[in-house]
Amino acid sequence: MSLDLFFQYLFAGITYGSIYAIVAIGFNIIYNATGIINFAQGEFVMLGGMISISLLQFMPLPYAIAGAVAITMAIGALIEILFIRWLDSPSVLRMIIITIGISILLRESALHIWGESIRSLPYFYGNEITTFSLGSVHLSPQVLWVITACAVMVCGLSVFFKGTPLGREMRACAANRTAAILCGINTRNMVTLSFMLSAGIGALAGCVMSPITYTQYDSGTSLAIKGFTVAILGGLGNSMAAVTAGILLGILEAFSVSVVPLAFQDAISITILLIILFIKPHGLFGSSEAARLKDF
Amino acid sequence: MKQRKNRALAALCLLVVCIHLVTVLTGSQYYLTQLTMAAYYGLVIIGLGTLMGYAGQISIGHAGFFAIGGYLSAALTTRNLASFQGDWPVRWLDALKMLKTTQDLSGDQLLTVAPWAACLCAVAAAALIALIIGIPVLKLKGHYLAMATLGFGTIIYRILLASPYFGEADGISEVPGFTLLPALGGLGPIMISGDADLRVLNYYLAWGVLIAGMVLLLNLIGARVGRALRSLHSSEDAAEACGIDTARFKLRVFVLSAVYAAIGGVLLTHFNGGIGPSEASVMKSVRYVALVAVGGMTHLWGTLLMGVGLTFLSLRGVFGTFDDAVFGMILILVMLFAPEGILSLRLKLVVQRIVQGVRS
Repeated sequence: MSLDLFFQYLFAGITYGSIYAIVAIGFNIIYNATGIINFAQGEFVMLGGMISISLLQFMPLPYAIAGAVAITMAIGALIEILFIRWLDSPSVLRMIIITIGISILLRESALHIWGESIRSLPYFYGNEITTFSLGSVHLSPQVLWVITACAVMVCGLSVFFKGTPLGREMRACAANRTAAILCGINTRNMVTLSFMLSAGIGALAGCVMSPITYTQYDSGTSLAIKGFTVAILGGLGNSMAAVTAGILLGILEAFSVSVVPLAFQDAISITILLIILFIKPHGLFGSSEAARLKDF
Repeated sequence: MKQRKNRALAALCLLVVCIHLVTVLTGSQYYLTQLTMAAYYGLVIIGLGTLMGYAGQISIGHAGFFAIGGYLSAALTTRNLASFQGDWPVRWLDALKMLKTTQDLSGDQLLTVAPWAACLCAVAAAALIALIIGIPVLKLKGHYLAMATLGFGTIIYRILLASPYFGEADGISEVPGFTLLPALGGLGPIMISGDADLRVLNYYLAWGVLIAGMVLLLNLIGARVGRALRSLHSSEDAAEACGIDTARFKLRVFVLSAVYAAIGGVLLTHFNGGIGPSEASVMKSVRYVALVAVGGMTHLWGTLLMGVGLTFLSLRGVFGTFDDAVFGMILILVMLFAPEGILSLRLKLVVQRIVQGVRS
């Protein structure tokens, strides 16, 4: 493999990897607040892309994206209020089945609203053939948009959780729910907020990736599986490790294309998921002692 | 207990005969085709029901086992082996009398594996894969188990979709019927196929297989194994402390349910005369889980009735384009309001719960 090709694959890997990382962070936010893995996480990404494409007919691109993020956040909140808020300590099996049901409902609604056609947002800057050169590597400007958006989201979330009162309340809720209630935090609202937050970042990721990867009603499922792989790889609940793990998976996947046919690309990341689950279920960066205390 | 079980089984047999008579009287025998298909899906559902309800392990990958059974049997009975005649696996199969020579449409020689041998191979392969996958997967719990089985199902789907041998997106068609008994004297051959003449025969065959499978599972649950499984469902640690080898029990039930799924897949493929990749999709696996959940996880009879009933409605096209959406909705509603299954519902309690929910 020539050096140019190597860097080309590397950047493709980083682009996809940062999207996986965002999906994984979405998983982690909800997992930390509720102990639930939200199987509908990939659908938020799909919704973000689809809604922004529809809104684009009525308003310029930045407003369409902002509108899509806001609407998806509202959908996230609605889902939590309708299906999850009023359940008293449900069993894990029950929650898995409910969130799977939600993902089916979202996907089928998308199918009835937008049909089976593959859509995409226009490129934010230039068009499909616009490239700029970084040394000998040719990149689309959209790649920079994706990477920047993901980096901004990660930094923003980090500041939000560490610096703001609301973020601190959410972390308290994640650390110990009973203690948080005793401190006067409304934990139910925090759970709703966590759904909104992860729906919002999912939708934004869905918007910036749409020009490159396209959006279809069923594009959420494989994203959800990959996002979950990344969340596990980094250790469930650990958002910063998810970034490293996401980029790692993205790069692995990009290079796998040069070895196996494209049709098997999905199978590769799932195989990685299975191997990690069997060998190191607490993640590359997680500790096994902490994992044992968690309730899966 | 035993008497009740026998009475229920007798009632089911009677019901099967009654439905046949009703369709004869009303001249609506085309219903039997979908009822036959529903019975084969029922086989998958009761197998999964035992795994989920009694062993307490979720599997979102059972469509994978169904597809392994169906696809292997379909491929072995349709793909021509004539060009490999000299190779050792083909000679070996020939020595075991497992090959069948026929003529294809253009008159060329078509050398395929006989359906009974293909069926055995397919079910054995599914059991073996379940065993290999099951050992590491069943060590996982909760979300991890769900994701791992989902991943397994997706891999099978991807492989089927990407391999020319399995027909890629088109699947495999023109699968021959499965002859159980050759024609004897005045009687026609007993075979599983979608022929309109054999509709009634196939209806009884399918339900015979389903009832036999049900008897086997009911006996299993009533026996020592069943008690061990139920203890496993309520608390694995407690079961372990009582000296139950939980890992082995879980693995056995997993393999058993995979075998049920594979048998369902093989028979349905021969009945339909083909199989497509949608049978292996995640949506199918989720649908099986939904049907088990609707029937009540620890209630095999409920699982059977609701599973076959809803599958029949879906096959009749009652839900139209909302087919998947209906199953998603059923899944959510059942898990929200009746986690023990629809048949366990007490209406008053549900209303109370909803009122409480609204208040909080």
